[in-house]
Amino acid sequence: MKRLIVAILLVFLALPSWAVEPDEMLSDPVLEARARALSKEVRCVVCQNQDIDSSNAGVARDLRILVRERLVAGDTDQEVLDYLVARYGDFVLFKPPLKPSTYLLWFGPGIVFLLAVFAGGRALHRARNTANAATLTAQDEADLDAYLASKEGDQ
Amino acid sequence: MRRLLAFLPVVLALVLGGVFYWGLNPNRNPNEIPSVLISKPAPEFALSPVDGTGVPGLATQDLETAGEIVIVNVFASWCVPCRAEHAVLTRIKREQNVPLFGINYKDKPEDAARWLEDLGNPYTRIGSDLDGRAGIEWGISGVPETFIVSSDGTVLHRTVGPVVGDDAVTKFNRALQAARDLESAS
Repeated sequence: MKRLIVAILLVFLALPSWAVEPDEMLSDPVLEARARALSKEVRCVVCQNQDIDSSNAGVARDLRILVRERLVAGDTDQEVLDYLVARYGDFVLFKPPLKPSTYLLWFGPGIVFLLAVFAGGRALHRARNTANAATLTAQDEADLDAYLASKEGDQ
Repeated sequence: MRRLLAFLPVVLALVLGGVFYWGLNPNRNPNEIPSVLISKPAPEFALSPVDGTGVPGLATQDLETAGEIVIVNVFASWCVPCRAEHAVLTRIKREQNVPLFGINYKDKPEDAARWLEDLGNPYTRIGSDLDGRAGIEWGISGVPETFIVSSDGTVLHRTVGPVVGDDAVTKFNRALQAARDLESAS
């Protein structure tokens, strides 16, 4: 039990260790907040599944400082991202932009879903039709009655 | 219509199989980042020389006015693979007679100068990129990286990591040859 408590405490001890170092931070809290939000959308080009906000890589630190410089210079969020994309490509963005080459990525799942609904609907429709076909027509009933009557006559 | 639908599973299997075949190809490196610089003009940068090396610095203009294909190599004395790559680049420069320019990335000038004194200096120009800002302009993710730039300053090729080992050297030489063919065609 004691061990568990220590383990849990240790987990929380690790939480406040961010990669952003104090000397990088801006004194303006509004700009700093924007920088933090932007940094979370930018991929670190060295450790590729981390954002630059949480990465300790040298290039990530350089990019964090760069983002802050651009914000201080008066760039909008979009201008900062465009600046990075111009150098590193769409790859630095965690959220891929909507453009012809990414249409399949954005709309593919929706299209597959619609196809599935269409195919499923058709299959259900057909299943219901076959179920209906299993009931007898008037002619079948008449034939059957006649057959049964002839069988009864045999007995 | 129904007959066409019967082929759907085959088509699906082919499409999925194609994707898997592409994804499982051992030569595909999923960590490879496509460079946005290819076929674009070299980025704007101007770097002062590295003290103690005796060669001039490097700026965008030097690439535009070189008059021939040049190799631009991003290196640092603290980078271990760069040491192995140094010998390869020295040989390529000597055998193929291509100018070799260097960007000394986040390196102390005295360390860089000593490193080049030990190994020899194949670079015609070296720019000192102390804060790594020129590196960001070139879109590098680390050192070493090597670019081939045409005589008018257009980036034609990028190698991420050291040009070391048969595969990498063959690939690089092929890119160099392609750059030459392109140059003589225009």
